[in-house]
Amino acid sequence: MIIDKVKKINEEEKVKKRNEKASDRMIGKWVKCDNCKEILYKEELHKNLSVCPNCGKHFRLSARRRIKQIADEGTFEEIGKDILTSDPLQFDGYMKKVETLREKTKIDEAVKCGICEIEGQKVVLGVMDGNFLMGSMGRAVGERITLAIETAIKKKLPLIMFCVSGGARMQEGIVSLMQMAKTSAAIAKLNEKGLLYISVLTDPTTGGVTASFASLGDIILAEPKALIGFAGPRVIEQTIKQKLPKGFQSSEFLLEHGFIDKIVERKDMKETLAKLLRLHAKGGAKRNE
Amino acid sequence: MSKTAWDRVTLARELERPKATDYINNIFHDFIELHGDRYFGDDKSIVAGIALLDDKPVTIIGEQKGKNVKENMERNFGMPEPEGYRKALRLMKQAEKFKRPIITFIDTPGAYPGMGAEERGQGEAIAKNLMEMSKLKVPIICIVIGEGSSGGALAIGVGDKIIMLENAVYSVLSPEGFASILYKDSSKAKEAAENMKLTAKDLKKLGIIDKIIKEPEKGAQNDFEAICENIKEYLLKEIKNLEKLTEKELVEQRYKKFRVM
Ligand SMILES: [Zn+2]
Repeated sequence: MIIDKVKKINEEEKVKKRNEKASDRMIGKWVKCDNCKEILYKEELHKNLSVCPNCGKHFRLSARRRIKQIADEGTFEEIGKDILTSDPLQFDGYMKKVETLREKTKIDEAVKCGICEIEGQKVVLGVMDGNFLMGSMGRAVGERITLAIETAIKKKLPLIMFCVSGGARMQEGIVSLMQMAKTSAAIAKLNEKGLLYISVLTDPTTGGVTASFASLGDIILAEPKALIGFAGPRVIEQTIKQKLPKGFQSSEFLLEHGFIDKIVERKDMKETLAKLLRLHAKGGAKRNE
Repeated sequence: MSKTAWDRVTLARELERPKATDYINNIFHDFIELHGDRYFGDDKSIVAGIALLDDKPVTIIGEQKGKNVKENMERNFGMPEPEGYRKALRLMKQAEKFKRPIITFIDTPGAYPGMGAEERGQGEAIAKNLMEMSKLKVPIICIVIGEGSSGGALAIGVGDKIIMLENAVYSVLSPEGFASILYKDSSKAKEAAENMKLTAKDLKKLGIIDKIIKEPEKGAQNDFEAICENIKEYLLKEIKNLEKLTEKELVEQRYKKFRVM
């Protein structure tokens, strides 16, 4: 028994050591959960929809993986792919940074939009990608999203947006700010046509994206424990000169304050979206004018 | 000597610089201030109400900074909370009902990043304004008079015409915030300002704004009457032009204006 215990302690030590070495970044085939500190085999993690099997933490997803999880296989057809990053301020080093990033990540911008099917129902799907400059919104992102919204209008399709963003793309200055107005105005048009818009907030959704299309869904869903807010926690803490309570600006916090409709775990997301789409497919009551 | 971007940031923030209420009192008459968002409170960092422009009733929304510490405390340094944006929206909708043009004065370091503001949906409040302003069926003219910073400025900035005072600045974030994000050092604000393209001239060139209102060398307070005269003349002319459009044309034109940005 004592030997068992010693063994266990040794094991724990070993695990602890391994965890420390792994740090917070992915190393080879292994990744550490920064919530429960468990070391996870990457392939296992991905099979589990990138949700920690130990503690349920929802890891951030690339647009590619997200689309794979949500769209029916082989149905996603990208739109706006030719809209690429522009450099309106001629900001020093920006394009170079973008090109390097593009090469490294094989991602061309912070959002991917397209038409696809979800359990056989046709939708316009937009998915932001946090791996590209923290999912920040510059002109290309605003343009792709606006084009997606306009496509939904033209084809009379519902729209689903998965949001993840650090906010405005600083390097594009005022032009990035204007994308908030552009995308919000397009949503206004979508509304006039009576089309459904579901916004899904994932970790983290902040700044200019929160203050535009992300907050304008007919139905707003969120993944568990996502950080969602306008001002970032660090900025708030600097302003009020105190620490924020745990869970401030989390999905659960937003639900409690009435700003989202529902928290949906990743394993249930596709089914929930499909259900909502079905509930809107038949249209409302018809009255004689 | 030509001014640097930072010179203009400094001028735009001067305490003595005319604030929204100065313009309201000088350009319009019979102003009556209206209060409250009908949900939670009245945000004093946004002044709003109805007044006459010559003999024409208009709705005015202005972000209000103070001219001293006491006034600034009262006005929260011109940093609105959700209630401010919701008050603005309520009165803009009211303007639409009574077919009054809307004039907004932008002057804010940004929306207030506080706990209460987040709890009460700062992001949602701004988003809602952007969406609703884009489809209001009355002319909207927005004037950046001092500091226009971030979504907190844009939340009352979706107009048919956007104009700026010569020494006003308009940007995605304050130069300090920008520097702390991109240079990881907020003390590099000066350097940031030069790269951000935030002056009226830069924004005109980028096609974001429609007109620049000239200022005297040392800032708007030095020839305030003339500036008010110029703004008034512009408002009268442009409101007349915008009112020639049908409601549908007006809204479509506004959509296209932001669509190409
Ligand atoms: Zn875990």
